[in-house]
Amino acid sequence: MITLQEYLSVGALLFTVGLLIVLFRQNAISILMGIELMLNAANINFVAFSNALGGLTGQVLAIFVVVAAAAEAAVAIAIIVLLYQNLGTVDVEKARNLNG
Amino acid sequence: MIVPSLLLELAPVLVKIFGAFFVVLTLTAYLTLAERKFSAFIQDRIGPNRVGPFGLLQPLADGIKFIFKEDIIPTQAHKLYYILAPALLLVPALMGYAVIPFGDYVEVAGRLIPLQIADVDIGILYVLAIAGLSVYGLFMAGWASNNKYSLLGGLRSSAQMVSYELTLGLSIVGALLVYGTTNLRDIVVQQTAYWQVGSILIPKWGVFLQPLGFLLFLVSAFAESNRLPFDLPEAENELVGGYHTEYGSMKFAMFFMGEYTGMITMSALLTTFFFGGWHVPWLEAAGLSRNVAAILGVGAFCAKTGCFLFLYIWVRWTLPRFRYDQLMKLSWKGVFPLALANVFLTGVCLYLYSRLM
Amino acid sequence: MSHLLPDILFYVFSALSVAGAVLVLVNRNPMTCAMSLVVSVLSLAILYLLLSAHFLAVAQMIVYAGAIVVLFIFVIMLLNLTDEELGRFRFSLFKTIGAFVAVATLLAVAPDIRVSIPAPAAGDAGAPAGYGSTKAVGKLLFGEFLLPFELTSILILSAMVAGVVLAKRELQPKKTHSLVDWLLGFFRT
Repeated sequence: MITLQEYLSVGALLFTVGLLIVLFRQNAISILMGIELMLNAANINFVAFSNALGGLTGQVLAIFVVVAAAAEAAVAIAIIVLLYQNLGTVDVEKARNLNG
Repeated sequence: MIVPSLLLELAPVLVKIFGAFFVVLTLTAYLTLAERKFSAFIQDRIGPNRVGPFGLLQPLADGIKFIFKEDIIPTQAHKLYYILAPALLLVPALMGYAVIPFGDYVEVAGRLIPLQIADVDIGILYVLAIAGLSVYGLFMAGWASNNKYSLLGGLRSSAQMVSYELTLGLSIVGALLVYGTTNLRDIVVQQTAYWQVGSILIPKWGVFLQPLGFLLFLVSAFAESNRLPFDLPEAENELVGGYHTEYGSMKFAMFFMGEYTGMITMSALLTTFFFGGWHVPWLEAAGLSRNVAAILGVGAFCAKTGCFLFLYIWVRWTLPRFRYDQLMKLSWKGVFPLALANVFLTGVCLYLYSRLM
Repeated sequence: MSHLLPDILFYVFSALSVAGAVLVLVNRNPMTCAMSLVVSVLSLAILYLLLSAHFLAVAQMIVYAGAIVVLFIFVIMLLNLTDEELGRFRFSLFKTIGAFVAVATLLAVAPDIRVSIPAPAAGDAGAPAGYGSTKAVGKLLFGEFLLPFELTSILILSAMVAGVVLAKRELQPKKTHSLVDWLLGFFRT
């Protein structure tokens, strides 16, 4: 029998992996993927809780998260393209012009 | 006792799945023959007539030829993605059928069996989601071939797919507003009603309720299945093929099958949404038994789908190709605003209708 | 048998989603990363189905697999990055500490995920009819959550404007330097 805690474990695992991606990857595209994974991890928690409590509010919130993720991805991708045009790389550590 | 009951539960589903697979794949094969025959007719030629009576065994010969050709993988290609790409195009095209109802209920051994593989609540959204996945096949084929023409072709076709997916989804929102459900079976059932004009009964088909939506959906469906006048992904005589430039033998055949299967899906969807699905107008008056009516319904569904398939072929051999910028302009500046206007108009009409009636 | 199926599906697809995420972490090739992300996201859609969130599952497929990852792949194909442009991993103390904290938090939280509310997760068996359907979610979305819903449309609009402004190249100031100059130029033409 699958209960809430299994779903929460999946969410926690995904979130940790996403966080590790953001920490350990150098290129901006992968970092963005890590952020998407973290948002997804939050979503699975929302849906699991919503199911366990018998309401639909969690699902609606998850839809909002999906929308926010889409908007965020669109802007972030545009920024990545600009980064590449200006610096010739998508390595986030090369983008340190403002760092004195 | 669990196994027999489970078998009894699963048997109709398995039969339906295999039946649908068989019909669709055979139809796909014979569609290539039909395409060549009709093109020959339109161009005043004879067409393939050597293999079998009237060339009816031509698809078999083509298949054998495809299978026995040498299977080349370019040395610079990314092997895994190169092999995966055709499957990723074909599988979503086949998965779409799972929710399309091809007939009413039949009664077998006292049990009512719906002529549909899965009757799901989110029907049309599922089809759209699955159609959205086929873009990965194009991407992957273009990228894995490691060839500039393929890469550009892949980008070109995926941009087209993504643009027209949007209009495809938006053009049926009006129809969804009218029907008030996303379940494809419910949509067909609603179209079996009639309007009474004097003594004539007019079936309540979607095309009468949503003429603009139907036209927009038709245009988007043509673009989505990469057919002329929107076949920029291939454009073999102008743009050096496309994403499948580097493909040969059975893998190329799979791209081909993916295209034709996509055509069948879109035709079936058009039938379901705008032409009453399995509904045969005025048949209720004949008072046929359930099974006979259902089988006639399946025939009607196939006939309607066949008409759209014929339209596909007809258009392909009649109209010239769009330029790429015209294609994009048509999507974003033509179909998209019109679809939005259609949604708005439908909403206003429904509101007024609910107020006045 | 039939009540075992959702459990099997859960284990298969949760394993797939975590495996996809791990592949994003360890793989250098951005295309492989994107495809792993698709696997992860689609498996999550199946998990939503198991939780009988039908509409959300389809929304996840359409938005994530059909739009967001396609955008990623577009950029990957357009930039066609070489190995050095991707950047090498550089060691730093803060990153190590961060990773340590992340994993430690996971390990610390793991025993606490012992909520004993049984989720009626086994397919649609536990859920009432129509739960998670398009209609139910839509009613809530356009009723109780109407204001947030309208606000998200503003969010999307601003993202759209931002995308256009960022992607447009010839937006560097040409001759006009101030608003007044711009207005003058505007009226002169």
